[in-house]
Amino acid sequence: MKQLLDIGGVFAYLSLLTVGGGMAAFPELKELTVNTYHWLTFPELLHYYSIGQLAPGPNMMMVATVGAHVAGLPGAAVALVAFILPTGIFTLVVGRLWNRLANWPWRPAIERGLGSVAVGLVLSGAIVMGRGAFTSPYYIALGAAVFGLLMMTKINPALPILASGAIGMAAYLL
Amino acid sequence: MTSPPSLWQLFRVFFVMGATSIGGGVVGYLRSALVVRQRWVDDATFVELLAISQTLPGLNATNMSILVGDRLRGTPGAVLAALGMCLPGAMLMTGAAFAYGIGGDDPLSKAFLHAIAAGAVGLVLMVMVQLGAKVLSGFADYVFVAVTAILVAGFRVPVPLAMIGMGAIAIWWHRPRKAPPSP
Repeated sequence: MKQLLDIGGVFAYLSLLTVGGGMAAFPELKELTVNTYHWLTFPELLHYYSIGQLAPGPNMMMVATVGAHVAGLPGAAVALVAFILPTGIFTLVVGRLWNRLANWPWRPAIERGLGSVAVGLVLSGAIVMGRGAFTSPYYIALGAAVFGLLMMTKINPALPILASGAIGMAAYLL
Repeated sequence: MTSPPSLWQLFRVFFVMGATSIGGGVVGYLRSALVVRQRWVDDATFVELLAISQTLPGLNATNMSILVGDRLRGTPGAVLAALGMCLPGAMLMTGAAFAYGIGGDDPLSKAFLHAIAAGAVGLVLMVMVQLGAKVLSGFADYVFVAVTAILVAGFRVPVPLAMIGMGAIAIWWHRPRKAPPSP
């Protein structure tokens, strides 16, 4: 029970940090689940996050995997509800208010100001993730290749990610 | 625009999106379903709701579902749209966790997982560039991005501190004013 409460608390807290997208919360997600609570190792978290990139729907449904890893099905359910419900209610309430603030002069200031910070947070997430994933030049090349492909073409991002997985398996077998 | 959909229709459309929007980029799927196919919202409304979704905490796709569901059918609509959007991915990921518990330690799975993690960093960088292209519009904005990243990734400043501190500075920088900024 204590553990479920911890899971609920951690993911409710993390959900408040997801400004600009789920990646913004990644540094804190790592800090809490790996370093503070020791629920899983950093490589395990990286693996779950990457599998999550292949799943449909919102990009952070991977919180269910951390919950399940720690406490099975109830853990997954608690992680999901805690991660979605608080910000969901907030969005519902503020969304209605925000429409009425269409001409409020501070609205563009907030959108632009938080927008820059959100990009910075996503970049921080990418750096923290890269420290774990780029363990050799070969992995840096894989990440760079996926980035280049996605910037130059409009292919579904799942395809180059799956392709890097296939390359990784081929490299292991050969 | 057509008459508002039934709650069941609303749930169904979001569930299908939640189950088929593979590879991130849910926003693209949302637009083609809500604006183009169902015509539940027009493009101007869509862009406006998207700006709200990206500014508020919460996942963009979940926030969009809540805002569109609320527009169409009030609070029940918001709840069902968000549920439909999240359920397929949530069930799949729960299943994935159990599969990982069984086969995740196999060296071949590890080779696969570590390689997709490297690839996923590439995707995150692409998402960042796209987001940046939309919201960054001056030298100061790039400074805010760099300082935020250095604080969080370099000096391990907790995300909420960096978010509130840098957010306040950046909002103040863009504060409404009539006269042009003094040099």
